[in-house]
Amino acid sequence: MGKFLKHQIKTWGLTELFKGLSVTGKYFFKKKITVRYPEEKTPISPRFRGHHALRRYENGEERCIACKLCEAVCPANAITIESEERDDGTRRTTQYDIDMFKCIYCGFCEEACPVDAIVETRVFEYEFHERGPHIRTKEDLLAFGDKHEEQIAADRAADAKYR
Amino acid sequence: MFDAIQAFLSGFLYDWLAITITLVLQAVAVILPIMLVVAWLTYAERKVIGFMQVRMGPNRVGPLGLLQPIADALKLMTKEVIFPAQSNKYLFIIAPVLAIAPAVAAYAVIPFSDGMVVTDINAGVLYVLAVSSILVYGTIVAGWASNSKYAFLGALRGSAQKISYEIAMGFALVTVLMIAGTMNLTEIVNGQQGGILNWYLLPLLPMFFVYFISGLAETNRTPFDVIEGEAEIVAGFHVDYSGMTFGVFMLAEYAMMILISFMTSIMFLGGWLSPFEGIPGLEALFSWVPQLAWLSIKVAFLLFVFLWLRATFPRYRYDQLMRLGWKVLIPLTIVWVFVVGAMKYFDFGPWFN
Repeated sequence: MGKFLKHQIKTWGLTELFKGLSVTGKYFFKKKITVRYPEEKTPISPRFRGHHALRRYENGEERCIACKLCEAVCPANAITIESEERDDGTRRTTQYDIDMFKCIYCGFCEEACPVDAIVETRVFEYEFHERGPHIRTKEDLLAFGDKHEEQIAADRAADAKYR
Repeated sequence: MFDAIQAFLSGFLYDWLAITITLVLQAVAVILPIMLVVAWLTYAERKVIGFMQVRMGPNRVGPLGLLQPIADALKLMTKEVIFPAQSNKYLFIIAPVLAIAPAVAAYAVIPFSDGMVVTDINAGVLYVLAVSSILVYGTIVAGWASNSKYAFLGALRGSAQKISYEIAMGFALVTVLMIAGTMNLTEIVNGQQGGILNWYLLPLLPMFFVYFISGLAETNRTPFDVIEGEAEIVAGFHVDYSGMTFGVFMLAEYAMMILISFMTSIMFLGGWLSPFEGIPGLEALFSWVPQLAWLSIKVAFLLFVFLWLRATFPRYRYDQLMRLGWKVLIPLTIVWVFVVGAMKYFDFGPWFN
């Protein structure tokens, strides 16, 4: 009988409904977690995998030695490399294309690279308006690396102790 | 004020023309604010639900997103109105009109403050009930004319639901009429004078909830929006509507929400009466607040509750909804009619003297 009465009071007193309302009522006053994107941005990890870049040594020589490990490891077959032997006997790339439509931003190329030449930067705000530019050539990637070298170096340094 | 306009106009116009112009002006004076409230009620809804989901809601158009309703209206008006190939074109276009006309017409008898009412008729409650019942035709006709299974299912559900809950709603109002002894909305409010304790909220507390719940069902708001049921029947009766014909359905729904809020505050929350009546210090302190403001505050709160419920509760299953209407609300109202009768017979409290 007591159980029956309790149930009836609970039902007719709409207790469950008021409990639900109090939860949403509390959330009404909570701090909102929305990030108003173009004005506000979320913090980005130094490990962020965005647009690719090719790096250079400090003397201006390009790092990439055309070992083709990145090409081999790339799960999406996005990388195409052609190489030649220079007059001084070193091997360098003549062609280094990344198809940004194929790329899945897994970061394997960066991990495979023995000389830290190919890297993924924290830049993610880029877009293509037509086919063609989406294939990033060696010149594009080197220029991109030059432009963002400071940030790239800082990110590598910040993450160095975990590698 | 409108008497003065009419007197001024009949100075140089035929009498019937002066009366017509005055009536049209009165209608505009009521409908225009209502439509503006409807527009920003959609904004408030998105904002409130957003806030309860720890989001911000619309905040792009204008400061704090306040111009969002204008952008929405422009979008709806510039969109093409598509007629489904097999639909009945005439009924298809009449349906939104049938939906919005009663929702707006019901405001003719709503007293916004003492004497501020378009037509102060003696059967005000009856008029509102009758006119809001017509609203169901908009739904049925829309569902039928679309010639679509989803729309038809939505319309069937909607009509059955509305008719069921109208009974509970009517009975809830009967208890109010038993106390007030009148069907005139102005007199019902005046009968609640003398402070919060004299409002019909207390002796009729269960009826207040029944009325509000029926109001939710009547306006097809969550948790009773099986008529739309976007997970089951896409959007119910207005799947095939686009552009402004769809917009008119939305207007009707929100106008109806505001109407239910007005009716609830007039019937149970003392209408335009100040809640501080009869409290010595506070009554004088708040005597400058216009009656319309008190009514607006009550209506705004009830509208907030509408949105609050929408943010909180999941949709009823259809059979549960019918069970609630027929097996819970209607018996409860009938019982309370007898309780009120007994209270009236024994001169109970400050309400039955």
